[in-house]
Amino acid sequence: MFSFILKRLVQSIFVMLAVSLLAFALFRFVGDPVAVMVGQETSIEDQERLREQLGLNDPVIAQYTRFLGNLVTGDFGFSYRTRQPIGQMILNRMPATVELGFVALLISLAVGIPAGIYTALHNDGVIANAILITTLIGISIPTFVIGIFLIYVFGVQLGWLPTFGRGDVVEIGWWKTNFLTLGGLRALILPAITLGVYQLTLTMRLVRSEMQDVMNTDFIKFAIARGIDYRTVHYKHALRNSMVPVITIIGLQFGGVIAFSIVTESVFQWPGMGLLFLDSIRFVDIPVMSVYLVLIALIFVIINLIVDILYFVIDPRVRLKAEAS
Amino acid sequence: MLTWWRRVRIENELIYLFLRSPVTQVAAAIGLLSVLGALFAPLIAPTNPYDLASFDLLDSFLPPAWVEDGDPRFFIGTDDQGRDLLSSILYGARLSLLVGLSSVAFAAVLGTGLGLAAGYFGGRLDTIVMRIADVQLSLPAILTALLVDGVARGILPREQHDELLLVVLTVAIGLSLWVNFARTARASTFVERNKEYVQAAEIMGLHPLRIMAVAILPNILGPLMVIGTVDLAVAILLEATLSFLGVGVPPNQPSLGTLIRIGTEYIFSGEWWIVIFPSAALIVMIVSVNIMGDFFRAVLNPRLR
Repeated sequence: MFSFILKRLVQSIFVMLAVSLLAFALFRFVGDPVAVMVGQETSIEDQERLREQLGLNDPVIAQYTRFLGNLVTGDFGFSYRTRQPIGQMILNRMPATVELGFVALLISLAVGIPAGIYTALHNDGVIANAILITTLIGISIPTFVIGIFLIYVFGVQLGWLPTFGRGDVVEIGWWKTNFLTLGGLRALILPAITLGVYQLTLTMRLVRSEMQDVMNTDFIKFAIARGIDYRTVHYKHALRNSMVPVITIIGLQFGGVIAFSIVTESVFQWPGMGLLFLDSIRFVDIPVMSVYLVLIALIFVIINLIVDILYFVIDPRVRLKAEAS
Repeated sequence: MLTWWRRVRIENELIYLFLRSPVTQVAAAIGLLSVLGALFAPLIAPTNPYDLASFDLLDSFLPPAWVEDGDPRFFIGTDDQGRDLLSSILYGARLSLLVGLSSVAFAAVLGTGLGLAAGYFGGRLDTIVMRIADVQLSLPAILTALLVDGVARGILPREQHDELLLVVLTVAIGLSLWVNFARTARASTFVERNKEYVQAAEIMGLHPLRIMAVAILPNILGPLMVIGTVDLAVAILLEATLSFLGVGVPPNQPSLGTLIRIGTEYIFSGEWWIVIFPSAALIVMIVSVNIMGDFFRAVLNPRLR
């Protein structure tokens, strides 16, 4: 157990080092930081002084170590565009994205898992086929088109729901939340559905194929042959054994939701991290881009690590295999 | 001889199952139609949307021909600049397909090559390739594509950026898709490389490159084909998304995603056709590719049958 976790931990640290190297290369070698920071009338001497001050003349290895040290201690530097500290900018935007992603994930799991189970058990039923076709379409419609469609129907035609921004938020310390006002909750509905649909179809398809696999195993056939009633077989034996991969989905989807919120946030002008990232790409705001890159990779790596450890705890087969090797 | 026979059998099965699946046939027909439409867009399209002289601002915001105030010259209406929407969609689909196909080809060559080499040689090369794949997997496709595009913006001077935008887009999307090819190719190569025919080729003294390309590659193509089809849908989707976000294709050559972005600005004022028709075209294209992908997967994966 311990050696397994240690091995995965080392692997994760390696990935993060590689990503930070990438972020450093991005920061250091794409464009000239000094040229961006100073105005055009600054003299060459002043530019050189600034270069020396920023340590850009040091050996690259030393610069990278300093970059890494700054990242680890939470000093992310300043944005080229707004001249504000990046850590502060991201922290301001984070609650919006996290809340949106959380609700989207909730929708995807609450609908996706039952639908997956249903379609796996009723293989050729009319409803099951209808669900399957719907998800195939759901997987094929780009997120932004779903968003636009929802805006058109519920915002423009029916006028029921707000179509941009966060609406009313309540501040709890630095965290601005949507959950405490009616206006905030209403503003959440359309973006969360938009973001959740794609994840929902993924969840459903995975649960379905996993459940079908389990239903084909010998122990389920045996349970049916023994005359145990279908309810018990389906919901006690089959379901429990097909839930292991669902942990993976929940984990990976949270990362996916955070990443894909870039698109949803753009459609609904939702003031989250995704919109910040998009703006920084448009304005070639390299420091923000590189910090965002490290942040997303960190989220993914931590989630993967947790998922792997959970797997190890829950699934005896994984445990045995790891111990054997 | 044996592999040749097996391949013919699979191909026959492919044809047999295809003839029994009407949904797939419809999807294939639509796919073929969009490829033809895209290929011959300059011949079919009523006007050339890239040619500034061919449209007139006076024609802007005309609804489809069958609606009141519609103009029979523009069957499904015009956009904000008076461009014929049908022509724009045909040219846009052409761009979407071009970028989609070339980025999948790029990802397939890169990923399969790396995967083959990793699986065949094993050892340190394998470790390095798989570690890079791990890093790549920790970044979602959309993020990779956006980053590559952002970096290209930073490096290339502005004038050149517009010219090279399609290449940048292809590389950006291709780089976010290669891992699937690499992992699958590597896993299949692992299985194949211990088989007798590979050992025989090794004893004959064939060059490793030749063994990989001529002996192993044909035997691992099946699963790679499935990934290719599925990824084509993903690539088209990514291109549309990037263009929608305004970082994709050049502004003077609208793709379907660009058209949709332009259209969203006018849904509040009631000009629904500008956004609806390009969206529909995009969805139909992706659905048909996805259905074909599902079909390939079902046929080539014996476990699902």
